[in-house]
Amino acid sequence: MFRQETGRLTAALVRALGDFDMAEELVQESLLEAVEHWPKDGIPDKPGAWLLTTARRKAIDQFRRQARFRDKLALLEGVLMRDDTAEGDDRLRLIFTCCHPALSREAQVALTLRAVAGLTTTEIARAFITSEATIAQRIVRAKRKIVDAKIPYRVPAERDMGERLDEVLAVLYLMFNEGYLATAGERASRRDLAEDAVWLAGLMVRLMPEEPEALGLLALMRLHLARADSRFDDEGNLVLLQDQDRSRWDQERIGSALVALRRAAALRRSGPYQLQAAIAACHAEARAWEATDWRQIVALYDALLELLPSPVVQLNRAIARRYLDGADAALPDVDALKEALEDYYLFHATRAELLRDLGRDAEGRAALARALELTANPAERALLQRRLG
Amino acid sequence: MKYVLLFGDTKERAKQWEAMPEAQKQAAYAPITQWFERYGRKITGGHELQPDRTATTVKFNNGKAVVTDGPFIEGKESIGGYAEVNVADLDEAIEMAKGWPTGGLVEVRPVVDRGEPQR
Repeated sequence: MFRQETGRLTAALVRALGDFDMAEELVQESLLEAVEHWPKDGIPDKPGAWLLTTARRKAIDQFRRQARFRDKLALLEGVLMRDDTAEGDDRLRLIFTCCHPALSREAQVALTLRAVAGLTTTEIARAFITSEATIAQRIVRAKRKIVDAKIPYRVPAERDMGERLDEVLAVLYLMFNEGYLATAGERASRRDLAEDAVWLAGLMVRLMPEEPEALGLLALMRLHLARADSRFDDEGNLVLLQDQDRSRWDQERIGSALVALRRAAALRRSGPYQLQAAIAACHAEARAWEATDWRQIVALYDALLELLPSPVVQLNRAIARRYLDGADAALPDVDALKEALEDYYLFHATRAELLRDLGRDAEGRAALARALELTANPAERALLQRRLG
Repeated sequence: MKYVLLFGDTKERAKQWEAMPEAQKQAAYAPITQWFERYGRKITGGHELQPDRTATTVKFNNGKAVVTDGPFIEGKESIGGYAEVNVADLDEAIEMAKGWPTGGLVEVRPVVDRGEPQR
């Protein structure tokens, strides 16, 4: 419930004060005060205004202590008087600064979660199963670099926009996967980062409605989440797409993803997230595994490969070909990736399946054993163990 | 805001550069000269450095100065030159680094600002 307010507040304060570190600190302190007071005194009618007043009070206290900041007092007056468009700009500036390519990916993720999504250091640490000290240090270092190296607080220029937006979307997708790929057991004790990432992607779409890739990413995340509940059975075992109970898929989420994807398509600038979302949509729209449109999926992978030539995408295309053209057609495609994907467990797991289809059981079992050596994820391991028998 | 751009390259490419015939080297300088001209107003200093083999390192061991042959940066890369630039912010410095014509690597480092008057 805080996250709507925090990002907005941080953004407004950074703009007014021109001091990322201080603004961020003020917001965190105000949130702590809220956590302390609201349970006792009740939630105020306008939580945002309450937080802003608190942050301003704290800022004024600090400025009084530091005489050289007196002239900044006036800046605070301006914070309240902004219209909606200006506020949108503030938040974009904040997001692009948090996801500046001069910061490490880890720092980008932590900073975005804290400054834009309003998570506390404790929450971020819990989400990444790491210590609070590690996250706190990561954030402090990032903020220090923003100040010391003078990373500008602004929306990137038009000519850099494509690259910089890619960076933001990559941060959000990594955040999403961190949450989404957590196993059921882990998920119980972890904050759901996937939900935070979806919220942030939604925010990007609201702030930059003409960017089809932001819409594509939002659609992709929604489609993954729509199937999240059916990915594990009651014992926490991984359930493959073909065995999932499709009646448990969240149709509302699928619907909203398809709307986002259509909006993206109408902007007529294709991109990797849109194509991945389109592939996920093919699965989501198939009423049964047997009804999957593999021809369409292979074609979408071909388009994706043109934009994103990667061996993992090629592997996925080969898997789709298994169902379109058969294992004998898919196996050579997979084998061609041996050099690039030697250490990737899914390469061996896929080979194992194809070899089994072709009746080459001994080779299949060897490939399965190799796959098992290469993954530490307990759910993945359990699935491979079951196949080994 | 002042930054130093450190121009680096792999040791292998640095050697190739050194071995280049003079006429070819002159031609290769043209885009570098253009770069310096293009950003002339923002560049406050800089030099191309002689190759790694000319470097001498003075290293202090328990306060005692020990002179050794070679650069102190170990690894596959070496620094071939630097430029000191005065620009608005990191983005502008990165923009200049992205335009560096010879490839390789460019490290962008802000300098410590103690509020001294500009020279």
